[in-house]
Amino acid sequence: MFSGKVFGALAGAAVLAAAATGAVAQPKDKIKIGFIYVGPVGDHGWSYQHDQGRQAIEKAFPGKVTTTFVESVPEADSERAIEQLARTGHDLIFTTSFGFMEPTLKVARKYPNIKFEHATGFKRAPNLSTYAAKFHEGRYITGIIAGKMTKTNTIGYVGAFPIPEVIAGINAYYLGAQSVNPNVKIKIVFANTWYDPAKEGDAAKALLDQGVDVLAQHTDSPAPIQAAEARGKVGFGQASDMERFAPKAQLTAIVDNWSDYYVSRAKAVLDGTWKSEDTWGGLASNMVVMTPYKNMPDDVKKMAQETEAAIRSGKLNPFKCPVVGQDGKEIECKGQGALSDEQVLGMNFYVKGIEDKIPQ
Amino acid sequence: MTTFEAILLTIVTASTPLLIAAMGELVTERSGVLNLGVEGMMAMGAACSFAAAVTFDSTLLGVAAGIVAGALMAALFALLVLGFAANQTGSGLALTILGLGLSGLIGAPFVGARRDPIAPVDIPGLSDIPVVGRLLFEQDLFVYASIALTVLVALYLGRTRSGLMLRSIGENHTSANALGLPVLSTRFRAILFGGACAGLAGAYLALVYTRFWSPGMTAGRGWIALALVVFAAWRPGWVLVGAYIFGAATVLQLHAQAAQFGVPSQLLSAVPYLATILALLLLSLRHGRAIGTPGSLGVPFVPDR
Repeated sequence: MFSGKVFGALAGAAVLAAAATGAVAQPKDKIKIGFIYVGPVGDHGWSYQHDQGRQAIEKAFPGKVTTTFVESVPEADSERAIEQLARTGHDLIFTTSFGFMEPTLKVARKYPNIKFEHATGFKRAPNLSTYAAKFHEGRYITGIIAGKMTKTNTIGYVGAFPIPEVIAGINAYYLGAQSVNPNVKIKIVFANTWYDPAKEGDAAKALLDQGVDVLAQHTDSPAPIQAAEARGKVGFGQASDMERFAPKAQLTAIVDNWSDYYVSRAKAVLDGTWKSEDTWGGLASNMVVMTPYKNMPDDVKKMAQETEAAIRSGKLNPFKCPVVGQDGKEIECKGQGALSDEQVLGMNFYVKGIEDKIPQ
Repeated sequence: MTTFEAILLTIVTASTPLLIAAMGELVTERSGVLNLGVEGMMAMGAACSFAAAVTFDSTLLGVAAGIVAGALMAALFALLVLGFAANQTGSGLALTILGLGLSGLIGAPFVGARRDPIAPVDIPGLSDIPVVGRLLFEQDLFVYASIALTVLVALYLGRTRSGLMLRSIGENHTSANALGLPVLSTRFRAILFGGACAGLAGAYLALVYTRFWSPGMTAGRGWIALALVVFAAWRPGWVLVGAYIFGAATVLQLHAQAAQFGVPSQLLSAVPYLATILALLLLSLRHGRAIGTPGSLGVPFVPDR
């Protein structure tokens, strides 16, 4: 992955020279950007979408930006990989998994003149930004579609782990479904893995066997939606467009679109205007994109599009107050008319109507 | 189809790749060679079978490619541990790492491709018997092949002269050599057989189980196959039982979650592994320690020593 060692050494020297003269935030003609992925680029999901963002940068600044990436980096052993990129003259380094948080912070402190960007984390530094996407906005839309499409009145969800990000997704999905179908039930299965296609598929089959007819997933492979397709049921793609795996079953997919953000951050480094920030983008900033609504009646499609527009314009928040917990008590509303960002990011309860318990 | 039947069918699919891979490793280990590269050979089998199946649009060629890929990987392993008497543990681990990496490279152009499901064998009349009909008479060919494989391996090891030779070489290669038994060539064939089975298991995973290729999709099944061989005390029949217990535990815990039994999913996910440990414990309590371990397992053989 580390091509152009000579160039890397030269660029490294340039960084040192810049540091020596104290010139840090100056426009640059040529920069080098590195990426650390937690999975293989070919996972069809999370890492694949980050790599799409990397390619978008290369396309946007031909001749000005070179990129490198290291894939399948274990979270426990990521510091070495990140430091390797820092040493080989990268100006901007994206680390794209929650588990890279501490190693990224450590390396960022060691190399104050290099810019770092960490996905889905919450620790920042003067040269370390964080960014994440409001996938729950998309989940709410898929919930509305599921609530309309289900005939058995039972919708399903294959989750990876019972962590806040996944719980918030389940709640948003269920709230969406409940808003159009008050009697809808949800069944939830945790695969306890982000990525094991065969097991994810088995989890989906278990749900389908128990009467689920609309399936959502928060694991990385297309196996669950493919299982839905094989049984003549429907579902939603996750992270990337999974239509080719389930042309008849995919109603829509919630796509992680990092391209716009990555291009803007590369441009900021080129212009010398990069600052440490925290970005949490959703449908409005195109960080979350819905693929075309298919395989559903026109009225459902219209409803989905209207919901998408309402969320995009800020008129609708999936977690608008009052949000009621499983015990029937209202959750304290810490945001403006909706749950606050912190409440969503740390969500550890199911909403009323979900009969399952969060595994503790 | 009732829920009960559906659950049983899923269990069969989950168990079959484990059974095939473990059966191959069992033969390798009975000859006295420990090949820890099952995961890597399986990944290569999955990648090559899928690549061939898509390229030639033929499941049969895909399966053949998977078997050949597994066997080629095994041949490389044999070169190291038989040809150079290299450390088997180290070579096996290296084979896993090589297989996972190489399979990613070979499979890269096929990421995103998909195959249609293989039609199961349907025996009219018999498949319509309630409950057991579909379970026994409407599976894909791999499932029947895996059962046949178990029977054949059991017969071979227990009832044939060649199988007896293989076992004695695994028990004590020095004595076997002194008796004039062909230690190295027997082990070479046993290693190849193990590789071919791992490749076939990988092919099953990519062509039947998931029907797409993605890097690292074996997700630890090679290691489970290795554990099953120990669990089964190196006996084919017990490998079959172990594979199905493991498959059943995996699938049932998912159903338990969907049915909202209220048991923590983390605990349920650990059930298959706990079941394996428990079975191991019970077996060793009944038979005393290290039951069935081939005497020369993992020891390099150098003829003139």
